[in-house]
Amino acid sequence: MNNLDQIFVYAKYWLLSQLPGGVQSLVSIVLDIIAIIAVFGTCFALTTILERKGLGRIQNRYGPNRVGPCGLLQPMADAIKMLTKEDIVPFAADKVVHYLAPLVLTVPIWLAFSVIPFGREMSAIDLDAGVLFFFAVGGASELAVFMAGWSSRNKYSLVGAMRAIAQMISYEVPLVLATIPVIMLSGSLNLNKIVEAQSGYAFGVAQWNVFTPWGFAGFFLFLIAATAESNRSPFDLPEGESEIIAGFLTEYSGFKYALFFLGEYLGLFAVTALSVTLFLGGWHAPLQVLEFLPSWFCFFVKFAAIIAVFIWVRGTVPRLRFDQLLNFSWRFLVPLTLVNLLVAVVWHFTSLGAGLDQSLRWLISAAMIVPAYVYFGRALSPNRPTRIYQYAE
Amino acid sequence: MIVKREKLNLWERLYGPAIVDGFKVTLRHFFFGKTVTMQYPEEKWTVPEGYRGAPYLVKDPEGRTKCVSCQLCEFVCPPKAIRITPPGPVVDTTTGNVEKRPKEFEIDMLRCIFCGYCQEVCPEEAIFLMKDYSLTGQSRAEMVYDKEKLLALGGVHQDKIWKWKNK
Repeated sequence: MNNLDQIFVYAKYWLLSQLPGGVQSLVSIVLDIIAIIAVFGTCFALTTILERKGLGRIQNRYGPNRVGPCGLLQPMADAIKMLTKEDIVPFAADKVVHYLAPLVLTVPIWLAFSVIPFGREMSAIDLDAGVLFFFAVGGASELAVFMAGWSSRNKYSLVGAMRAIAQMISYEVPLVLATIPVIMLSGSLNLNKIVEAQSGYAFGVAQWNVFTPWGFAGFFLFLIAATAESNRSPFDLPEGESEIIAGFLTEYSGFKYALFFLGEYLGLFAVTALSVTLFLGGWHAPLQVLEFLPSWFCFFVKFAAIIAVFIWVRGTVPRLRFDQLLNFSWRFLVPLTLVNLLVAVVWHFTSLGAGLDQSLRWLISAAMIVPAYVYFGRALSPNRPTRIYQYAE
Repeated sequence: MIVKREKLNLWERLYGPAIVDGFKVTLRHFFFGKTVTMQYPEEKWTVPEGYRGAPYLVKDPEGRTKCVSCQLCEFVCPPKAIRITPPGPVVDTTTGNVEKRPKEFEIDMLRCIFCGYCQEVCPEEAIFLMKDYSLTGQSRAEMVYDKEKLLALGGVHQDKIWKWKNK
Protein backbone atom coordinates (compact mmCIF):
# COMPACT_ATOMS: atom_id res chain seq x y z
CA MET A 1 0.00 0.00 0.00
CA ASN A 2 2.72 2.41 0.97
CA ASN A 3 4.61 1.77 -2.24
CA LEU A 4 1.67 2.68 -4.42
CA ASP A 5 0.95 5.65 -2.21
CA GLN A 6 4.46 7.03 -2.61
CA ILE A 7 5.14 5.76 -6.12
CA PHE A 8 5.65 9.20 -7.62
CA VAL A 9 7.82 10.35 -4.74
CA TYR A 10 10.01 7.24 -5.02
CA ALA A 11 10.19 7.62 -8.78
CA LYS A 12 11.37 11.17 -8.40
CA TYR A 13 14.03 10.29 -5.82
CA TRP A 14 15.22 7.35 -7.89
CA LEU A 15 15.59 9.65 -10.89
CA LEU A 16 17.46 12.18 -8.78
CA SER A 17 19.80 9.53 -7.38
CA GLN A 18 20.95 8.78 -10.93
CA LEU A 19 22.20 12.33 -11.32
CA PRO A 20 25.30 14.07 -9.97
CA GLY A 21 24.78 15.87 -6.67
CA GLY A 22 25.26 19.36 -8.07
CA VAL A 23 22.18 19.42 -10.29
CA GLN A 24 19.86 17.43 -8.04
CA SER A 25 18.11 20.38 -6.42
CA LEU A 26 17.56 22.08 -9.76
CA VAL A 27 16.31 18.91 -11.44
CA SER A 28 14.03 18.27 -8.49
CA ILE A 29 12.32 21.62 -9.07
CA VAL A 30 12.09 21.02 -12.82
CA LEU A 31 10.55 17.59 -12.25
CA ASP A 32 7.91 19.13 -9.97
CA ILE A 33 7.11 21.75 -12.57
CA ILE A 34 6.85 19.17 -15.35
CA ALA A 35 4.59 16.98 -13.23
CA ILE A 36 2.24 19.84 -12.38
CA ILE A 37 2.09 21.11 -15.96
CA ALA A 38 1.52 17.62 -17.34
CA VAL A 39 -1.19 16.68 -14.85
CA PHE A 40 -3.14 19.91 -14.95
CA GLY A 41 -2.65 20.35 -18.68
CA THR A 42 -4.27 16.96 -19.13
CA CYS A 43 -6.96 17.94 -16.63
CA PHE A 44 -7.65 21.03 -18.74
CA ALA A 45 -8.05 18.99 -21.92
CA LEU A 46 -10.23 16.43 -20.16
CA THR A 47 -12.36 19.01 -18.42
CA THR A 48 -13.13 20.92 -21.61
CA ILE A 49 -14.39 17.80 -23.35
CA LEU A 50 -16.20 16.36 -20.32
CA GLU A 51 -17.79 19.71 -19.58
CA ARG A 52 -19.13 19.98 -23.10
CA LYS A 53 -20.33 16.38 -22.97
CA GLY A 54 -21.92 16.91 -19.55
CA LEU A 55 -23.65 20.12 -20.54
CA GLY A 56 -24.84 18.31 -23.63
CA ARG A 57 -26.40 15.56 -21.53
CA ILE A 58 -28.08 18.13 -19.30
CA GLN A 59 -29.55 19.80 -22.38
CA ASN A 60 -30.54 16.47 -23.99
CA ARG A 61 -27.82 16.66 -26.64
CA TYR A 62 -24.80 14.49 -27.41
CA GLY A 63 -22.12 17.13 -27.11
CA PRO A 64 -19.02 16.77 -29.27
CA ASN A 65 -18.92 13.24 -30.72
CA ARG A 66 -17.17 13.53 -34.06
CA VAL A 67 -13.45 13.57 -33.31
CA GLY A 68 -12.11 10.22 -32.14
CA PRO A 69 -14.07 7.69 -30.08
CA CYS A 70 -17.05 9.45 -28.48
CA GLY A 71 -15.45 12.76 -29.42
CA LEU A 72 -12.70 12.29 -26.88
CA LEU A 73 -10.06 13.73 -29.20
CA GLN A 74 -11.97 16.99 -29.45
CA PRO A 75 -9.40 18.84 -27.27
CA MET A 76 -6.72 17.93 -29.83
CA ALA A 77 -8.84 19.32 -32.64
CA ASP A 78 -9.51 22.44 -30.59
CA ALA A 79 -5.81 22.88 -29.89
CA ILE A 80 -4.87 22.51 -33.56
CA LYS A 81 -7.57 24.96 -34.53
CA MET A 82 -6.50 27.50 -31.92
CA LEU A 83 -2.82 27.23 -32.80
CA THR A 84 -3.32 27.60 -36.53
CA LYS A 85 -5.73 30.49 -36.31
CA GLU A 86 -4.68 33.95 -37.33
CA ASP A 87 -3.58 36.06 -34.37
CA ILE A 88 -5.32 39.38 -34.85
CA VAL A 89 -4.11 42.39 -32.88
CA PRO A 90 -6.24 45.53 -33.22
CA PHE A 91 -4.51 48.42 -34.94
CA ALA A 92 -5.17 50.81 -32.06
CA ALA A 93 -4.28 48.32 -29.34
CA ASP A 94 -1.44 48.80 -26.89
CA LYS A 95 0.56 46.00 -28.47
CA VAL A 96 2.92 45.19 -25.62
CA VAL A 97 0.25 45.04 -22.95
CA HIS A 98 -2.07 43.21 -25.30
CA TYR A 99 0.63 40.62 -25.80
CA LEU A 100 1.52 40.32 -22.11
CA ALA A 101 -1.98 40.02 -20.67
CA PRO A 102 -2.53 36.29 -21.39
CA LEU A 103 0.90 35.48 -19.98
CA VAL A 104 0.27 37.51 -16.85
CA LEU A 105 -2.94 35.57 -16.39
CA THR A 106 -1.54 32.10 -16.95
CA VAL A 107 1.89 32.15 -15.32
CA PRO A 108 0.93 33.12 -11.74
CA ILE A 109 -1.85 30.55 -11.73
CA TRP A 110 0.70 27.81 -12.36
CA LEU A 111 2.52 29.13 -9.29
CA ALA A 112 -0.59 28.64 -7.18
CA PHE A 113 -0.36 24.88 -7.69
CA SER A 114 3.08 24.76 -6.11
CA VAL A 115 1.79 24.92 -2.53
CA ILE A 116 -1.07 22.42 -2.86
CA PRO A 117 -0.41 18.98 -1.33
CA PHE A 118 -1.63 16.51 -3.96
CA GLY A 119 -0.81 13.50 -1.81
CA ARG A 120 1.22 12.39 1.16
CA GLU A 121 4.59 14.16 0.85
CA MET A 122 3.47 15.47 -2.52
CA SER A 123 3.56 19.26 -2.51
CA ALA A 124 6.08 21.08 -4.64
CA ILE A 125 6.96 23.59 -1.94
CA ASP A 126 6.21 23.09 1.75
CA LEU A 127 5.61 26.79 2.29
CA ASP A 128 4.70 28.02 5.76
CA ALA A 129 2.55 30.82 4.35
CA GLY A 130 0.93 28.54 1.77
CA VAL A 131 -2.58 29.96 1.89
CA LEU A 132 -1.25 33.49 1.81
CA PHE A 133 0.95 32.65 -1.18
CA PHE A 134 -2.00 31.09 -2.95
CA PHE A 135 -4.18 34.17 -2.61
CA ALA A 136 -1.27 36.46 -3.44
CA VAL A 137 -0.57 34.83 -6.80
CA GLY A 138 -4.31 34.44 -7.39
CA GLY A 139 -4.61 38.21 -7.10
CA ALA A 140 -2.54 38.63 -10.25
CA SER A 141 -5.42 37.51 -12.43
CA GLU A 142 -7.23 40.80 -11.79
CA LEU A 143 -4.29 42.68 -13.22
CA ALA A 144 -4.18 40.43 -16.28
CA VAL A 145 -7.87 40.88 -16.95
CA PHE A 146 -7.60 44.62 -16.73
CA MET A 147 -4.51 44.62 -18.92
CA ALA A 148 -6.47 42.69 -21.53
CA GLY A 149 -9.47 44.98 -21.33
CA TRP A 150 -7.52 48.22 -21.36
CA SER A 151 -4.98 47.35 -24.04
CA SER A 152 -7.60 46.14 -26.52
CA ARG A 153 -8.94 49.69 -26.90
CA ASN A 154 -12.42 48.44 -27.34
CA LYS A 155 -15.35 49.57 -25.25
CA TYR A 156 -16.73 46.08 -24.85
CA SER A 157 -13.36 44.87 -23.64
CA LEU A 158 -13.11 47.72 -21.20
CA VAL A 159 -16.63 47.20 -19.83
CA GLY A 160 -15.90 43.49 -19.51
CA ALA A 161 -12.66 44.18 -17.68
CA MET A 162 -14.36 46.64 -15.32
CA ARG A 163 -17.03 44.09 -14.57
CA ALA A 164 -14.39 41.44 -13.98
CA ILE A 165 -12.43 43.66 -11.60
CA ALA A 166 -15.52 44.67 -9.62
CA GLN A 167 -16.62 41.06 -9.41
CA MET A 168 -13.25 39.55 -8.53
CA ILE A 169 -12.52 42.09 -5.83
CA SER A 170 -15.99 41.66 -4.36
CA TYR A 171 -15.68 37.91 -4.24
CA GLU A 172 -12.10 37.84 -3.05
CA VAL A 173 -13.42 39.09 0.30
CA PRO A 174 -15.83 36.22 1.05
CA LEU A 175 -13.36 33.74 -0.44
CA VAL A 176 -10.67 34.71 2.04
CA LEU A 177 -13.14 35.15 4.88
CA ALA A 178 -14.43 31.62 4.29
CA THR A 179 -10.86 30.36 4.51
CA ILE A 180 -10.07 32.08 7.81
CA PRO A 181 -11.98 29.66 10.12
CA VAL A 182 -9.90 26.80 8.69
CA ILE A 183 -6.68 28.67 9.33
CA MET A 184 -7.82 29.65 12.82
CA LEU A 185 -8.77 26.16 13.87
CA SER A 186 -5.85 24.32 12.36
CA GLY A 187 -3.52 27.04 13.59
CA SER A 188 -1.40 27.23 10.47
CA LEU A 189 -1.18 28.82 7.05
CA ASN A 190 0.77 25.80 5.84
CA LEU A 191 -1.46 23.68 3.62
CA ASN A 192 0.34 20.49 4.63
CA LYS A 193 -0.40 21.24 8.29
CA ILE A 194 -4.02 22.04 7.44
CA VAL A 195 -4.33 18.60 5.84
CA GLU A 196 -2.68 16.98 8.83
CA ALA A 197 -5.14 18.73 11.14
CA GLN A 198 -7.94 16.91 9.32
CA SER A 199 -6.43 13.45 9.78
CA GLY A 200 -7.87 10.83 12.07
CA TYR A 201 -11.19 9.05 12.06
CA ALA A 202 -14.13 9.15 14.43
CA PHE A 203 -16.34 6.04 14.18
CA GLY A 204 -14.60 5.17 10.92
CA VAL A 205 -15.50 8.47 9.26
CA ALA A 206 -12.85 11.04 8.47
CA GLN A 207 -12.69 14.22 10.51
CA TRP A 208 -12.67 16.70 7.71
CA ASN A 209 -13.48 20.34 8.18
CA VAL A 210 -16.60 19.94 6.07
CA PHE A 211 -18.07 17.67 8.77
CA THR A 212 -18.17 20.52 11.27
CA PRO A 213 -20.91 23.18 11.18
CA TRP A 214 -18.52 26.02 10.37
CA GLY A 215 -16.75 23.89 7.81
CA PHE A 216 -20.02 22.83 6.21
CA ALA A 217 -21.25 26.40 5.86
CA GLY A 218 -17.76 27.59 4.99
CA PHE A 219 -17.40 24.99 2.26
CA PHE A 220 -20.50 26.18 0.45
CA LEU A 221 -19.60 29.82 0.90
CA PHE A 222 -16.12 29.05 -0.39
CA LEU A 223 -17.47 27.19 -3.42
CA ILE A 224 -19.84 30.04 -4.32
CA ALA A 225 -17.09 32.62 -3.97
CA ALA A 226 -14.73 30.37 -5.92
CA THR A 227 -17.23 30.10 -8.78
CA ALA A 228 -17.36 33.87 -8.98
CA GLU A 229 -13.62 34.22 -8.57
CA SER A 230 -12.93 31.97 -11.52
CA ASN A 231 -15.54 33.81 -13.65
CA ARG A 232 -17.69 30.78 -14.18
CA SER A 233 -21.37 30.55 -14.82
CA PRO A 234 -23.61 31.81 -13.15
CA PHE A 235 -21.12 34.56 -12.39
CA ASP A 236 -19.63 34.83 -15.89
CA LEU A 237 -20.73 38.41 -16.39
CA PRO A 238 -17.33 39.62 -17.57
CA GLU A 239 -17.92 37.51 -20.66
CA GLY A 240 -21.66 37.97 -20.90
CA GLU A 241 -22.09 37.28 -24.61
CA SER A 242 -25.58 38.69 -24.75
CA GLU A 243 -24.48 42.11 -23.54
CA ILE A 244 -20.79 42.71 -24.20
CA ILE A 245 -19.78 40.19 -26.89
CA ALA A 246 -17.02 38.38 -25.00
CA GLY A 247 -15.92 41.03 -22.51
CA PHE A 248 -12.18 41.39 -22.17
CA LEU A 249 -11.68 38.48 -24.59
CA THR A 250 -13.33 40.32 -27.48
CA GLU A 251 -10.11 41.37 -29.23
CA TYR A 252 -8.25 38.13 -28.61
CA SER A 253 -7.93 35.32 -31.07
CA GLY A 254 -5.88 32.25 -31.78
CA PHE A 255 -3.30 31.20 -29.25
CA LYS A 256 -3.77 34.20 -26.95
CA TYR A 257 -7.44 33.37 -26.63
CA ALA A 258 -6.48 29.77 -25.87
CA LEU A 259 -4.14 31.01 -23.15
CA PHE A 260 -6.98 32.99 -21.55
CA PHE A 261 -9.15 29.93 -21.72
CA LEU A 262 -6.38 27.87 -20.15
CA GLY A 263 -5.85 30.46 -17.44
CA GLU A 264 -9.51 30.48 -16.60
CA TYR A 265 -9.65 26.72 -16.22
CA LEU A 266 -6.38 26.63 -14.29
CA GLY A 267 -7.82 29.20 -11.91
CA LEU A 268 -10.79 26.94 -11.44
CA PHE A 269 -8.52 23.94 -10.81
CA ALA A 270 -6.38 25.86 -8.35
CA VAL A 271 -9.31 27.05 -6.32
CA THR A 272 -10.88 23.58 -6.45
CA ALA A 273 -7.65 22.01 -5.23
CA LEU A 274 -7.59 24.56 -2.44
CA SER A 275 -11.17 23.79 -1.44
CA VAL A 276 -10.34 20.08 -1.35
CA THR A 277 -7.34 20.82 0.82
CA LEU A 278 -9.11 23.19 3.16
CA PHE A 279 -12.44 21.49 3.65
CA LEU A 280 -12.37 17.96 2.25
CA GLY A 281 -9.32 16.70 4.10
CA GLY A 282 -6.87 17.00 1.24
CA TRP A 283 -5.52 13.58 0.40
CA HIS A 284 -7.14 11.74 3.32
CA ALA A 285 -9.51 8.89 2.53
CA PRO A 286 -13.14 9.53 3.48
CA LEU A 287 -13.58 6.29 5.46
CA GLN A 288 -11.13 4.35 7.59
CA VAL A 289 -11.76 1.20 5.54
CA LEU A 290 -10.68 3.07 2.40
CA GLU A 291 -7.35 4.06 3.86
CA PHE A 292 -5.52 1.56 1.63
CA LEU A 293 -6.19 3.81 -1.37
CA PRO A 294 -3.22 5.91 -2.54
CA SER A 295 -3.38 9.43 -1.16
CA TRP A 296 -3.07 11.09 -4.56
CA PHE A 297 -5.96 8.98 -5.80
CA CYS A 298 -8.20 10.23 -2.98
CA PHE A 299 -7.19 13.79 -3.74
CA PHE A 300 -7.99 13.57 -7.42
CA VAL A 301 -11.30 11.80 -6.86
CA LYS A 302 -12.41 14.68 -4.65
CA PHE A 303 -10.97 17.11 -7.15
CA ALA A 304 -12.93 15.53 -10.01
CA ALA A 305 -16.09 15.48 -7.92
CA ILE A 306 -15.92 19.21 -7.26
CA ILE A 307 -15.15 19.95 -10.90
CA ALA A 308 -18.25 17.89 -11.78
CA VAL A 309 -20.27 20.04 -9.36
CA PHE A 310 -18.98 23.16 -11.10
CA ILE A 311 -20.10 21.77 -14.45
CA TRP A 312 -23.46 20.86 -12.94
CA VAL A 313 -23.84 24.40 -11.61
CA ARG A 314 -23.00 25.78 -15.03
CA GLY A 315 -25.70 23.64 -16.59
CA THR A 316 -28.30 24.68 -14.04
CA VAL A 317 -28.13 28.26 -12.85
CA PRO A 318 -28.79 31.19 -15.17
CA ARG A 319 -26.55 34.24 -15.25
CA LEU A 320 -27.11 36.97 -12.67
CA ARG A 321 -27.65 40.65 -13.28
CA PHE A 322 -24.69 42.76 -12.27
CA ASP A 323 -26.28 44.58 -9.32
CA GLN A 324 -27.59 41.24 -8.09
CA LEU A 325 -24.07 39.87 -8.36
CA LEU A 326 -22.53 42.59 -6.22
CA ASN A 327 -25.43 42.60 -3.76
CA PHE A 328 -25.08 38.86 -3.41
CA SER A 329 -21.45 39.25 -2.44
CA TRP A 330 -21.60 42.26 -0.14
CA ARG A 331 -25.01 41.77 1.42
CA PHE A 332 -25.15 37.99 1.63
CA LEU A 333 -21.82 36.21 1.38
CA VAL A 334 -19.70 38.63 3.39
CA PRO A 335 -22.07 38.84 6.40
CA LEU A 336 -22.53 35.07 6.32
CA THR A 337 -18.79 34.41 6.29
CA LEU A 338 -18.45 36.76 9.25
CA VAL A 339 -21.16 34.87 11.12
CA ASN A 340 -19.38 31.69 10.16
CA LEU A 341 -16.23 33.04 11.73
CA LEU A 342 -18.17 33.45 14.96
CA VAL A 343 -19.53 29.91 14.66
CA ALA A 344 -15.99 28.61 14.30
CA VAL A 345 -14.95 30.47 17.43
CA VAL A 346 -17.86 29.08 19.42
CA TRP A 347 -17.15 25.58 18.10
CA HIS A 348 -13.52 25.89 19.11
CA PHE A 349 -14.15 27.09 22.64
CA THR A 350 -17.00 24.70 23.40
CA SER A 351 -14.67 21.81 22.67
CA LEU A 352 -11.94 23.00 25.05
CA GLY A 353 -12.93 22.09 28.54
CA ALA A 354 -16.61 22.98 28.37
CA GLY A 355 -17.25 19.34 27.58
CA LEU A 356 -20.52 19.93 25.82
CA ASP A 357 -22.39 17.19 24.06
CA GLN A 358 -21.61 17.00 20.31
CA SER A 359 -25.24 17.41 19.25
CA LEU A 360 -25.59 20.44 21.50
CA ARG A 361 -22.61 22.03 19.83
CA TRP A 362 -24.19 21.39 16.45
CA LEU A 363 -27.44 22.93 17.69
CA ILE A 364 -25.69 26.04 18.92
CA SER A 365 -23.89 26.42 15.60
CA ALA A 366 -27.05 25.87 13.62
CA ALA A 367 -28.86 28.40 15.80
CA MET A 368 -26.28 30.95 14.73
CA ILE A 369 -25.92 30.23 11.04
CA VAL A 370 -29.47 29.34 9.97
CA PRO A 371 -31.20 32.55 11.19
CA ALA A 372 -28.37 34.52 9.61
CA TYR A 373 -28.96 32.70 6.32
CA VAL A 374 -32.71 33.32 6.49
CA TYR A 375 -32.28 36.97 7.43
CA PHE A 376 -29.66 37.85 4.84
CA GLY A 377 -31.35 35.75 2.20
CA ARG A 378 -34.64 37.56 2.72
CA ALA A 379 -32.91 40.90 2.81
CA LEU A 380 -31.68 40.25 -0.75
CA SER A 381 -35.23 40.71 -2.04
CA PRO A 382 -36.36 43.91 -0.33
CA ASN A 383 -40.02 44.50 0.34
CA ARG A 384 -40.88 46.74 -2.53
CA PRO A 385 -44.47 47.86 -3.03
CA THR A 386 -46.33 45.38 -5.20
CA ARG A 387 -45.28 46.09 -8.74
CA ILE A 388 -48.09 46.31 -11.24
CA TYR A 389 -47.36 45.26 -14.79
CA GLN A 390 -49.50 47.02 -17.34
CA TYR A 391 -49.74 46.05 -20.95
CA ALA A 392 -51.68 47.62 -23.77
CA GLU A 393 -55.11 46.11 -24.08
CA MET B 1 -54.36 43.23 -18.37
CA ILE B 2 -52.76 43.43 -14.96
CA VAL B 3 -50.49 40.64 -13.82
CA LYS B 4 -50.24 40.45 -10.06
CA ARG B 5 -46.92 39.57 -8.56
CA GLU B 6 -47.24 36.31 -6.67
CA LYS B 7 -46.58 36.56 -2.98
CA LEU B 8 -43.88 34.08 -2.04
CA ASN B 9 -43.95 32.30 1.27
CA LEU B 10 -40.96 31.98 3.55
CA TRP B 11 -39.81 28.66 2.08
CA GLU B 12 -39.83 30.09 -1.42
CA ARG B 13 -38.01 33.21 -0.34
CA LEU B 14 -35.13 31.21 1.11
CA TYR B 15 -33.72 30.71 -2.42
CA GLY B 16 -31.86 27.60 -1.32
CA PRO B 17 -34.73 25.12 -1.82
CA ALA B 18 -35.61 26.59 -5.20
CA ILE B 19 -32.03 26.28 -6.39
CA VAL B 20 -31.88 22.68 -5.13
CA ASP B 21 -35.00 21.95 -7.18
CA GLY B 22 -33.25 23.32 -10.23
CA PHE B 23 -30.27 21.07 -9.59
CA LYS B 24 -32.60 18.10 -9.36
CA VAL B 25 -34.07 18.92 -12.77
CA THR B 26 -30.68 19.09 -14.47
CA LEU B 27 -29.54 15.91 -12.74
CA ARG B 28 -32.63 14.12 -14.02
CA HIS B 29 -31.88 15.29 -17.54
CA PHE B 30 -28.27 14.24 -17.17
CA PHE B 31 -29.07 10.66 -16.20
CA PHE B 32 -32.47 9.96 -17.73
CA GLY B 33 -32.83 12.63 -20.39
CA LYS B 34 -33.48 11.25 -23.84
CA THR B 35 -31.09 12.72 -26.37
CA VAL B 36 -33.09 14.37 -29.11
CA THR B 37 -30.21 15.38 -31.36
CA MET B 38 -30.41 14.06 -34.93
CA GLN B 39 -27.04 12.89 -36.23
CA TYR B 40 -27.55 14.91 -39.37
CA PRO B 41 -25.40 13.68 -42.21
CA GLU B 42 -26.01 10.04 -41.28
CA GLU B 43 -29.67 10.24 -40.33
CA LYS B 44 -31.93 12.64 -42.10
CA TRP B 45 -35.41 13.86 -41.36
CA THR B 46 -38.38 12.92 -43.48
CA VAL B 47 -39.30 15.95 -45.50
CA PRO B 48 -43.01 16.67 -45.07
CA GLU B 49 -45.46 16.97 -47.98
CA GLY B 50 -45.77 20.50 -49.29
CA TYR B 51 -42.23 21.35 -48.24
CA ARG B 52 -40.75 24.16 -50.25
CA GLY B 53 -37.28 23.08 -51.30
CA ALA B 54 -35.38 23.79 -54.46
CA PRO B 55 -37.42 24.63 -57.61
CA TYR B 56 -36.94 22.20 -60.50
CA LEU B 57 -38.48 21.88 -63.95
CA VAL B 58 -40.67 18.87 -64.73
CA LYS B 59 -41.51 16.94 -67.90
CA ASP B 60 -44.91 15.66 -68.87
CA PRO B 61 -45.51 11.87 -69.06
CA GLU B 62 -44.51 11.89 -72.72
CA GLY B 63 -41.13 13.32 -71.89
CA ARG B 64 -41.74 16.83 -73.16
CA THR B 65 -40.57 19.90 -71.36
CA LYS B 66 -43.68 21.45 -69.90
CA CYS B 67 -42.25 24.94 -69.69
CA VAL B 68 -43.49 27.18 -72.50
CA SER B 69 -41.03 29.98 -71.84
CA CYS B 70 -43.67 32.50 -70.81
CA GLN B 71 -41.18 34.11 -68.40
CA LEU B 72 -43.78 34.76 -65.72
CA CYS B 73 -41.59 33.04 -63.15
CA GLU B 74 -38.63 35.15 -64.19
CA PHE B 75 -40.79 38.21 -63.73
CA VAL B 76 -42.19 37.22 -60.35
CA CYS B 77 -38.97 35.88 -58.86
CA PRO B 78 -38.17 38.21 -55.89
CA PRO B 79 -34.38 37.66 -55.84
CA LYS B 80 -34.16 37.48 -59.64
CA ALA B 81 -32.68 34.00 -59.51
CA ILE B 82 -34.37 32.74 -62.68
CA ARG B 83 -33.11 33.61 -66.14
CA ILE B 84 -34.91 32.34 -69.21
CA THR B 85 -33.64 32.60 -72.76
CA PRO B 86 -36.67 32.31 -75.11
CA PRO B 87 -36.31 30.31 -78.35
CA GLY B 88 -36.98 33.27 -80.66
CA PRO B 89 -38.76 32.88 -83.99
CA VAL B 90 -37.11 29.56 -84.85
CA VAL B 91 -39.69 26.75 -84.98
CA ASP B 92 -38.67 23.39 -83.62
CA THR B 93 -40.33 20.83 -85.87
CA THR B 94 -39.17 17.75 -83.99
CA THR B 95 -41.64 18.09 -81.14
CA GLY B 96 -44.84 18.30 -83.10
CA ASN B 97 -47.44 21.02 -82.90
CA VAL B 98 -46.82 22.16 -79.32
CA GLU B 99 -46.03 25.50 -77.84
CA LYS B 100 -42.61 27.06 -77.72
CA ARG B 101 -40.08 26.00 -75.12
CA PRO B 102 -37.15 27.79 -73.50
CA LYS B 103 -33.81 27.73 -75.22
CA GLU B 104 -32.14 28.00 -71.85
CA PHE B 105 -33.52 28.06 -68.32
CA GLU B 106 -31.20 28.90 -65.46
CA ILE B 107 -31.85 29.13 -61.73
CA ASP B 108 -29.10 30.56 -59.56
CA MET B 109 -29.52 28.44 -56.45
CA LEU B 110 -27.36 30.83 -54.47
CA ARG B 111 -29.94 33.56 -55.06
CA CYS B 112 -33.08 31.45 -54.84
CA ILE B 113 -34.97 31.93 -51.59
CA PHE B 114 -37.31 28.95 -52.07
CA CYS B 115 -40.36 31.21 -51.85
CA GLY B 116 -42.44 29.20 -54.29
CA TYR B 117 -43.75 32.17 -56.30
CA CYS B 118 -42.54 30.56 -59.53
CA GLN B 119 -44.55 27.43 -58.83
CA GLU B 120 -47.56 29.54 -57.92
CA VAL B 121 -47.39 31.75 -60.99
CA CYS B 122 -46.63 29.03 -63.56
CA PRO B 123 -49.64 28.60 -65.92
CA GLU B 124 -48.31 25.29 -67.24
CA GLU B 125 -47.44 23.60 -63.94
CA ALA B 126 -43.93 23.22 -65.24
CA ILE B 127 -41.90 24.23 -62.21
CA PHE B 128 -42.27 22.73 -58.75
CA LEU B 129 -40.56 23.22 -55.43
CA MET B 130 -39.16 19.79 -54.62
CA LYS B 131 -37.87 18.37 -51.38
CA ASP B 132 -34.17 19.12 -51.82
CA TYR B 133 -32.93 21.52 -49.16
CA SER B 134 -29.19 20.94 -49.01
CA LEU B 135 -27.63 22.08 -52.26
CA THR B 136 -23.86 22.19 -52.34
CA GLY B 137 -21.23 23.02 -54.91
CA GLN B 138 -17.56 23.84 -55.26
CA SER B 139 -18.02 27.14 -57.07
CA ARG B 140 -20.58 29.83 -57.77
CA ALA B 141 -20.83 28.79 -61.40
CA GLU B 142 -21.66 25.26 -60.33
CA MET B 143 -24.61 26.55 -58.32
CA VAL B 144 -26.29 28.02 -61.38
CA TYR B 145 -28.45 25.10 -62.52
CA ASP B 146 -29.16 24.99 -66.25
CA LYS B 147 -32.12 23.49 -68.12
CA GLU B 148 -30.75 19.95 -68.46
CA LYS B 149 -29.87 19.75 -64.80
CA LEU B 150 -33.21 21.19 -63.67
CA LEU B 151 -35.13 18.79 -65.91
CA ALA B 152 -33.07 15.82 -64.75
CA LEU B 153 -33.60 16.70 -61.11
CA GLY B 154 -37.29 17.50 -61.58
CA GLY B 155 -38.21 14.27 -63.34
CA VAL B 156 -41.60 13.47 -64.78
CA HIS B 157 -44.77 14.99 -63.39
CA GLN B 158 -47.78 12.66 -63.51
CA ASP B 159 -50.44 14.98 -64.95
CA LYS B 160 -54.16 14.29 -64.88
CA ILE B 161 -54.65 16.25 -68.05
CA TRP B 162 -52.37 15.51 -70.97
CA LYS B 163 -52.59 18.84 -72.62
CA TRP B 164 -50.57 18.16 -75.73
CA LYS B 165 -51.59 14.58 -76.33
CA ASN B 166 -53.91 15.17 -79.25
CA LYS B 167 -52.33 18.18 -80.80
